[in-house]
Amino acid sequence: MQVTAIDQGKLEQVLTKYEGQEGVLISVLQEVQGEFGYVPKEVIENIAGALKLFPSQVYGVVTFYAQFYLTPRGRNTIKVCEGTACHVQGATSVLRELKTKLGVAEGGTTDDLKFNLESVRCLGTCFLAPVVMINQDYYGKLQPRDIEDIIKHYD
Amino acid sequence: MKIGTPDELRSFRESIVAQMDPQKLCVRICMTGCRAYGAVRIRDAFLEEIKGRGLEKEIDIRETGCHGFCARAPVITIDPRDIFYQQLTAEDVPEIIDQTLIKGEIIDRLVYADPATGEKFPFNADVPFYKNQTKNVLRNCGVIDPRNISHYIARDGYAALSKALTTMTPEEIIDTVEQSGLRGRGGAGFPTGRKWRFVREARGDTKYVVCNGDEGDPGAFMDRAVMEGDPHSVLEGMLIAAYAMGVEVGYIYVRAEYPIAVEHLKIAIAQAQELGLLGEKILGSGFNFEIRIKEGAGAFVCGEETALIASIEGKRGMPRPRPPFPAQSGLWDKPTNINNVETNANVPLIILKGSEWYASIGTERSKGTKIFSLAGKINNTGLVEVPIGTPVRKVIYDIGGGIPGGRRLKAVQTGGPSGGFVPEEHLDLPIDYDTLQAIGSIMGSGGMVVMDEDTCMVDVARFFLEFTNDESCGKCSICRLGSQQMLDTLTRITQGEGREEDIELLVELGKQVLDISLCGLGRTLPNPVLTSTNYFRDEYDAHIKEKRCPALVCDALVSYYILAEKCEGCMICLRNCPSEAIMGGKRMVHVIDQSKCTKCGTCLSLCPTRFSAVVKVSGEQIPVPEEPIPVAPRKPKAA
Ligand SMILES: Cc1cc2nc3c(=O)[nH]c(=O)nc-3n(C[C@H](O)[C@H](O)[C@H](O)COP(=O)(O)O)c2cc1C
Ligand code: FES
Repeated sequence: MQVTAIDQGKLEQVLTKYEGQEGVLISVLQEVQGEFGYVPKEVIENIAGALKLFPSQVYGVVTFYAQFYLTPRGRNTIKVCEGTACHVQGATSVLRELKTKLGVAEGGTTDDLKFNLESVRCLGTCFLAPVVMINQDYYGKLQPRDIEDIIKHYD
Repeated sequence: MKIGTPDELRSFRESIVAQMDPQKLCVRICMTGCRAYGAVRIRDAFLEEIKGRGLEKEIDIRETGCHGFCARAPVITIDPRDIFYQQLTAEDVPEIIDQTLIKGEIIDRLVYADPATGEKFPFNADVPFYKNQTKNVLRNCGVIDPRNISHYIARDGYAALSKALTTMTPEEIIDTVEQSGLRGRGGAGFPTGRKWRFVREARGDTKYVVCNGDEGDPGAFMDRAVMEGDPHSVLEGMLIAAYAMGVEVGYIYVRAEYPIAVEHLKIAIAQAQELGLLGEKILGSGFNFEIRIKEGAGAFVCGEETALIASIEGKRGMPRPRPPFPAQSGLWDKPTNINNVETNANVPLIILKGSEWYASIGTERSKGTKIFSLAGKINNTGLVEVPIGTPVRKVIYDIGGGIPGGRRLKAVQTGGPSGGFVPEEHLDLPIDYDTLQAIGSIMGSGGMVVMDEDTCMVDVARFFLEFTNDESCGKCSICRLGSQQMLDTLTRITQGEGREEDIELLVELGKQVLDISLCGLGRTLPNPVLTSTNYFRDEYDAHIKEKRCPALVCDALVSYYILAEKCEGCMICLRNCPSEAIMGGKRMVHVIDQSKCTKCGTCLSLCPTRFSAVVKVSGEQIPVPEEPIPVAPRKPKAA
């Protein structure tokens, strides 16, 4: 594990801000992930200590919510909507194309750490169905053959 | 500046209104939903052009929330004439300024035309999509800048709070809400006033209100629009609720996928605090209230109230048995009231206009208006607000503009994964809590996904089971394992391996999951299966008995063929086939190697329409050559 990659100072900052408060675990994890891009396994004990929880409780919360990751993430996140509206408009074939083009499974990260591929349930932009969101950009009314061109723009 | 009394609020409003010139040109740009379609570029183009021409004093550019007509994004409205332009690009902007803003002429090309009749509608008020709606809760959405509290106050914002604090006792407020007939918009439809009374009467000094902005149902985006487009209406609803129940702290739980909603709510809270509309001794009364925002972390079940409470407490979001209900023991074991975003946004209207006015809209047992989000196979995707009791058909056809491409409607899915299907034969039923329940669906939170002939109902049922199975928290074995069994069975059917007894098995298992599960997730997850086996039994039979998918959706049951008499050997499909499953050569009839085909449909979508040589079929075999053969000379087409 890349223990060196963790900036203890930043971690301390987050923990001090919340120390002693009740019910802040999710907020702490959101900030930690915001800082490091994921929740490194080695910080779980520190978080548990600061919030007076068991490491198992922290781990339980990290693994319960789809938002948290225990491994490093790619630079760009592709969210393929698999909500109802997108499903009936052909989201499955868009997702399949992305998997083929990137060579990763759902939830995976490409070897060059360029992309994370995720599927989500409704981005709340159903009028764009089927829709894919890459970082903050939306791409709507997609066909599988649009994919190649779109992912070219990211690095 | 602080607004210390109701009188100060009134004079503040008067001074804002006095500064506003209703005749001034104002371009209202949707900057929430339409952002996905490039609204930012359009706004920037307006700002730049207007600055370049020194017209800042003559023309306002206002960034608003959703106007509703998402299908036509990006959209703008030009005041004071209420001109509606749609499907804009940044390149249209200079022309809009020259022609419309300066000369007052309407640009025909940007006006909405009814796709069926071709009739043009330059003004919002005439567009059928808007004309047939009753925008009460959405009255400010798309009109005001949600990041500017003055806009909200100018349109009677916080007047209901002021009225409640100065002229009504908490009991009177609860009575009014109860008499209005308002029922929870989060799905279950519980009478809001009654819930408030439980919390008010619950023992304990510390109590909480929570606003549920989790909006987890796929295909639903009403709450998103309200939080983004009129956040103060949610805050005002919470303030009134908190005062009525004797609460000093409130939480808004917003799902992780809604960053703009979080941003706008935070701005709204900060502005309300600055004016003293949140904080201590609000409007000079003895009432103190603060609101905190909690962002969800991606778990559908956290929309359920007890799971949501666990999540706010920083724990795994797992539901717990009720009773005790949150009204007795909720957040941090204190009495807690949970209401949906839209429920909260209804409250200021009820207080301001009275329970009689409110109860005059809707049906006998379901009062007021309801916002629906229209999506799926429908022309006018977007947000729609209508009186409860409006027939489904009116929403789908008069407002929604019907089904694209002249296809036939098969069913309307309502209530998300907890809901079911309203088949074509029931379209004339009124939408209300009880009627939809009687036919096996629910009104739910308001998502409506339209399905046409090209939608396979078995596949959609499988899709919902996959969703709920994935989102089941795992606490109840019947929900965790039962949904898995149902999913496996449905998957088998869609793969052509269904057995005759499967449907009985699904129905029986579904009823058990429904009976035994603890929370609403398990207790409703069989609904899509139960309604689809009921109304679309023939589709299940086709999959099981004939190994055929009538809608041509289930990959395992469809095949693609290239017709020898139509293929010109142009190589387009061959070159583009991602799995190299197409054999052939220049001027050779192409042949699909069925063992390699992954059924991606690329060949069908790329084959030039003048050839239309690729067909997709289910349950039949098309005779084609086994190997590529030369393209036969064609007879010249008759003139
Ligand atoms: C699995 C599940 C998911 C739910 N998701 C939501 C949701 O996203 N938003 C919501 O307002 N209510 C949701 N509810 C309903 C809430 O439990 C609760 O009834 C509602 O927030 C109460 O507010 P209301 O009375 O104003 O409708 C959900 C319920 C269940 C069982
Ligand atoms: S279903 Fe895909 S954005 Fe709503």
